[in-house]
Amino acid sequence: MAKVRGAIVVDTQVCKGCEVCIPVCQENVIGMSNDINRKGYHYAYMKNPDACNGCTNCGTVCPDRAITVYRVKVATEPLKH
Amino acid sequence: MEVLDIIKPENQVFCKSHLMTDTPLSYCPGCGHGTANNLIMEVIDEMGISEDTIGVAPVGCSVLAYDFMNIDMTQAAHGRAPAVATAIVRTWPEKYVFTYQGDGDLAAIGTAETIHACNRGENIVIFFINNGIYGMTGGQMAPTTLEGMKSSTSPYGREIATMGSPLKITELIANLPGVYSVSRHALHTHKHVRKAKIAIRRAFENTRLKKGLSFIEILSNCNSGWKMTPNDANDWMVENMFPYFPLGDIKVENKLKV
Repeated sequence: MAKVRGAIVVDTQVCKGCEVCIPVCQENVIGMSNDINRKGYHYAYMKNPDACNGCTNCGTVCPDRAITVYRVKVATEPLKH
Repeated sequence: MEVLDIIKPENQVFCKSHLMTDTPLSYCPGCGHGTANNLIMEVIDEMGISEDTIGVAPVGCSVLAYDFMNIDMTQAAHGRAPAVATAIVRTWPEKYVFTYQGDGDLAAIGTAETIHACNRGENIVIFFINNGIYGMTGGQMAPTTLEGMKSSTSPYGREIATMGSPLKITELIANLPGVYSVSRHALHTHKHVRKAKIAIRRAFENTRLKKGLSFIEILSNCNSGWKMTPNDANDWMVENMFPYFPLGDIKVENKLKV
């Protein structure tokens, strides 16, 4: 069975820290950074990168399209009976 | 597998549409306008009609769209976008013409233009972003402001006895015979965004088939006008706006849904 792994890249200068992406993330991957960008907003970042499955939910609700999503299938060991 | 191994161009599944300009969106954080702008551009990109599409953005927060949409855009006087779109589509009947209007623009100042363009059944798409308030000018009461909702010109809440009921302009124009399809959507979760995208696609397909006017209302938050954080504003929208403005199709293929 193949497992799906994902990752997001947030354009930190475009993100306005509206946090709309946080409730739509079913895997609870996204958090808000303590750092701020040039505009003074706390930007989103992957606080739990291992859980991301690249579902693109965060990207579709992002008003500024600051999130780019990557997804890859990872071959895992077959189940042993 | 490390995160850096995943972040490669061949694994990219979602990014900003190239039909959006590099100008940073000047909408407030969390505003539904940004999502709506991006969705329309994504659909136009997927259909490959960017060369043949002309957008009309009148006055309000919606006017900012022409800075962000990298297609042919024109501005109209306040509320007069359907009239300008009528002129454009009658000059170039093969073009895809859409208007992008807010509720203060479409439901208050441009009521006459909206209703008559819909009644004539012009072959255009109207996007109606409804946030129940005049967002750009400082949160004044709009025709779509809900009962009891506070705004800068109704600080004690909208009172039905003196200010009238919120205007359901979408239901109003759905009854006009020239209108081919009418639907109402929201953009606060991924499910709603995907549904709205399908509806936008269908609207432009209707234009391609010269079916007539497609009208898409999009409920949006206005977190700075409502004085809430974006997520609170979305929750408030679900609790208060959805019961009065129910989502879904109102008219499909010239037939009213009961």
